[in-house]
Amino acid sequence: MRQFCQLFRQLDRSTGSHERVAALVAHFGSVPPEDAAWALHCLLGKQRRRLLTARRLREIALDATAMPEWLFQASHAQVGDSAETIALLVGGNAESASGLATSPQEGEARVDAALPLHRWMERILPGLAALPEAEQTLEIQRLWRGLSAEEVLVMVKLLTGSFRVGVGAGLVIRALATLSGLESVELQQRLMGPFEPSAAAFNELLRPDPSQERPSSRPYPFFLASPLDAGRLSDLDPAQWLVEWKWDGIRGQLIRRGGAGFLWSRGEELINGSFPDLLEQANTLPDGLVLDGEVLVWPAGQERPEPFAVLQRRLGRRSPSATLLRSMPAAFVAYDLLESEGIDRRKEPLQRRRERLMQLLASGVSGALRLSNDLPLSDWNDLEAWREKARDAGAEGLMLKHLASPYGSGRRRGSWWKHKLEPMRLDAVLLYARNGSGRRANLYTDYTFGLWAAADSTEADAAPLASSPLEGTAPGDGTAAPGQQRRLVSFASAYSGLSDAEIQELDRWIRRHTTERFGPVRAVAPELVFELAFEAVQRSSRHRSGLAVRFPRISRWRRDKPAAEADTLAAALALIPH
Amino acid sequence: MVLPPDGLLRLTPEGLYCPAAGAWIDPVRPVPRALLTHAHADHARPGSGAYWAIASSEGILRRRLGAGIQLHPLTYGQEFRLGDARISFHSAGHVLGSAQIRLEAGGESWLVSGDYKRQADPSCEPFEPVRADGLITEATFGLPIYRWRTGRQVVAELLDWWRDAPTRPSVLFCYAFGKAQRVLAELRQLGVEEEVLLHGAVHALIEPYRQAGVELPPTRPLAELDRGTSLAGRLVLAPPAAATSSWMKRLAGAQTGFASGWMAVRGVRRRRGSGRGFVLSDHADWDGLLRTVRESGARNVLVTHGQGEVLARYLREVEGLAAEPLATGRAAEAEGESSEDQELPGDAVPIQEERAG
Repeated sequence: MRQFCQLFRQLDRSTGSHERVAALVAHFGSVPPEDAAWALHCLLGKQRRRLLTARRLREIALDATAMPEWLFQASHAQVGDSAETIALLVGGNAESASGLATSPQEGEARVDAALPLHRWMERILPGLAALPEAEQTLEIQRLWRGLSAEEVLVMVKLLTGSFRVGVGAGLVIRALATLSGLESVELQQRLMGPFEPSAAAFNELLRPDPSQERPSSRPYPFFLASPLDAGRLSDLDPAQWLVEWKWDGIRGQLIRRGGAGFLWSRGEELINGSFPDLLEQANTLPDGLVLDGEVLVWPAGQERPEPFAVLQRRLGRRSPSATLLRSMPAAFVAYDLLESEGIDRRKEPLQRRRERLMQLLASGVSGALRLSNDLPLSDWNDLEAWREKARDAGAEGLMLKHLASPYGSGRRRGSWWKHKLEPMRLDAVLLYARNGSGRRANLYTDYTFGLWAAADSTEADAAPLASSPLEGTAPGDGTAAPGQQRRLVSFASAYSGLSDAEIQELDRWIRRHTTERFGPVRAVAPELVFELAFEAVQRSSRHRSGLAVRFPRISRWRRDKPAAEADTLAAALALIPH
Repeated sequence: MVLPPDGLLRLTPEGLYCPAAGAWIDPVRPVPRALLTHAHADHARPGSGAYWAIASSEGILRRRLGAGIQLHPLTYGQEFRLGDARISFHSAGHVLGSAQIRLEAGGESWLVSGDYKRQADPSCEPFEPVRADGLITEATFGLPIYRWRTGRQVVAELLDWWRDAPTRPSVLFCYAFGKAQRVLAELRQLGVEEEVLLHGAVHALIEPYRQAGVELPPTRPLAELDRGTSLAGRLVLAPPAAATSSWMKRLAGAQTGFASGWMAVRGVRRRRGSGRGFVLSDHADWDGLLRTVRESGARNVLVTHGQGEVLARYLREVEGLAAEPLATGRAAEAEGESSEDQELPGDAVPIQEERAG
C-alpha cells in the first residue's frame, strides 16, 4: 500500500509524461504481480466498486475531528474533493517519508500501511465495509491515525470507488509496453473489456506470446475521428471518401461470439442489460462477428431517430420494462465490420469491410439493425449541402472516412474526420456559480445561465417558477414597458469554453458580485452576458425553463452586451425542431 | 453592529480608523496619518502625510513609497502617544519588520494583528502574543484543512528537491518579499553556503534583510551571470509572475516549484500545471489562528481576509466569543505586488507581481 501511495505521489508531482512513465515502469517492475495487477486495475479507473459512501466516511471524519458539519462543508468547498478534504482534516499525523511512529498505536497502524496493496484491496478494505457501524468507525479511525494525509486520500478514494490519478491509460500502457517489450496496440487490445486483478491475469497480460484464447466478449479499441480541417479538402479526391451521418447516440460494438451476444459502449462498459432488444438482434447474426456502430432510439417506420435525451432514458435502465422497449425501441446503426468468421478484419481497407457489412445486412436482418447511409458526393461542395441537412435528418453532423483506411485504434489524424453541425447559439445572463472540482477546486467555474421570460409568460412551463428563490430579476430593466416586468429563468449550465485567464477574471468578479449564497452556490448580480453554444434544445419537464439543452458550453464572453439585451426563452423555444 | 461609531476603531472609506489617534491602519487611500503593519504593497500605499512603522522595514518602505516620505521608525514594544491614544507595535512574525498594532484609549484596547504567523522563521522576528479587549485578526488560511509543518521541514524537502536535479536548474517561485528571504534563511540554517541566483524582483529586497542581520547564503541576480554560463544544478528564486514571462527562456528545461500555503490543496497545485508544490506560508494556519485568538484574551473578535465568515462563526459557536467578519475593502482594492493574502485562493498564481527591478 505504501509503495502504491508513493507511486501516486510521484505521478501527482511529476509533470512530464516521460517522468510518469518512468515512475510507472519502476513500480510495475518492482512490486509482485498480485500487487501490480491491483495497481493497474486502480490506475485504469476500473476500481469502481463502492465499499463505503462518501457520506459515511465524512461521518467518521467528523467523529474523529469533533468538528461541526458546516466547517467540514466550508473546507470541502475550498478543496473540491471529499476524499482530499477528509485527508487534510484527519491525516498527516504520520509522515510517510519518515516512517516514524509517535505512539505504539500509530506504530501498529504504520504496519497496516506497509501491507501489500492486494491485501488492502482483497481483505482490509472489504473487511472494513463489512464491519458493524460502531466498530467500523473505530477501525477506520485507527487506520487513519497511522497514515499520512496522502495515504488517507488514496484509501478513501479506493473505498468510495472513485480512485483516479491524472494519468491516462495511454501512459500506463506505454509503461507496460516498456516493461514487457510488447506493442502498445497489442496491450491496449489485451486490456479491453474486463480485467481481473490477479497475479495470473497480470502475468498473462505481459506474456510475450499470449495464448490465443481471449475472452470472447472482448471488444476492439475504438477508432476515433478528428475534427475536419476543411482547408485540406481541396487536395483530396471526393471519390476516395465515404460520407455518413454522424449520429447523436452512443458509439458501441455489437459482438457475436461463441454463441453469445455482447454490446459494449465506447466507455468500455457492457450494456447488454439496457438493450435486450439489440441483443436479440445480435443472436440472429452469424458467429465470430464484431460490428462498430451507433446505438440510438429509433422506432421502426420513423424517418429519424429520437434525440439523445430519449436514448438517455434507455441507458439509465438496467432492465427496461416491456412498455419502455415498445415506446423507445433501440436501433444499432452499423458503421463498420471489424471481425467476421472469427477473423480480425481491421487491416482490410474500409471499402472491403463495408462490402462485407452490406452483404451481411442484406441477408435478411432488419429493423433494429441498420446500415449506416452512404451519402454520395460528386464534389466537395456537396459536403456542405449534406451538412446543412444533418439537423433535419436527426444527425449531429457528418463523418468522412477514407475508403482505403484500415480500422485503427485511438485518434489518429488523417483518414477519419468528423464534421459536426454548427452549434445553435444564444446570449444568456450569468445567474449562479459554483466551485469546480479537481484542478478547478475553489474557483467558481460551474455556471448557470438564464434567459429572459415575461413575468406572465406561459411558454415553456415557466409559470411555476415564480416562487423560486433562485430566480434573477430584471436589474432596473429600463427596456421593459410598465406592467411587462421580465425575469430571468435558468436555462443551461456550462463549465467549459472560457480561457484560464477569463476563468480567473470571472472568479474574481463572482466573488465581488455575490448577492446570495446557497451552500456552495452563489447567486450573482445578473449583469454579465455570455454566448452559449449547444447542439439541440428539447422540451423537458424536469428543467426549470421547461427546456433541456444538449452539450451547452460557453462560446464567448459578450462584454459588449448588457444583460437587458440577452436572448429570451421564446428565442430558445423557436430552436426546437417543428 | 460590529464597530460602534463611538468606539476606538471604525471603518471609513480609507480603511480602519482610530479617531482618538486621528490615524488609519494600513489605509487603502492617502490619509494624514498612517500606521503600517508591514511593507507588503497591499498594506503600505503611497501618498499619506506621515507613516509609523517598525524601523527594520524603513528601507523597503522608502524604496516603495518614496525616499522622502515622513516616516516615524519604531521598535517593537515601544509605547507612544498619538492624540488621545496609546499605541504600541508588536512583532507579527509575518515578514521583516511586520507588526501587530495595539491601540488603547478611553479604557478600551484593541489589537490589530495585520498578517502574522506563529511558526519559526529565521528571516524575521518571532510573533509576540499580545493581550487586548478586542482583536482584529486576519484569516487568510482560516480553515482546518490548513495545518502547516515547520518551515525547516519544508525547506529541507526543498533542498532535497534541488539536490536531486544536478543536471538542470531548479526554479522556485515564491513571493519576492518575505517568502524568498525566508527560504534563503532556512537554507542557510541547513548549511547551504553556495550562491543562489535571483530574479531581479527578489534581488531588490535582499539588501534590507542583510542589513537587518538576517543570515543568508550568497546571492546574485541571474541577469549578472554571463549568457552561456551553465545553470545546471543551480537554484533560482523568482516571483510567481515570472513563470509565464520571457524571463524563463533562459531557464528552459528547469524543474520548477512553487512555495505557498495554497499548495496544500491538490487542485490548486494541479491547476498551476507545472512543478512541485511546497506548502510554505507566512500566514497563520488554523491552529495558529485559534491559538492567537485565545492568547489575546479578547472577548470581541473581528475577522478580515479570506475565510472571515468561517473563522468568525467557529469562534462564535464553538469558542463562545463575540466574533464577526469584517470587510476592510483592502483585499479587493489591492494592486501592484501580490502576496499570499489575497482573498482568492483560486488565484494561487498572483495576477500581478511587482516588476523586476
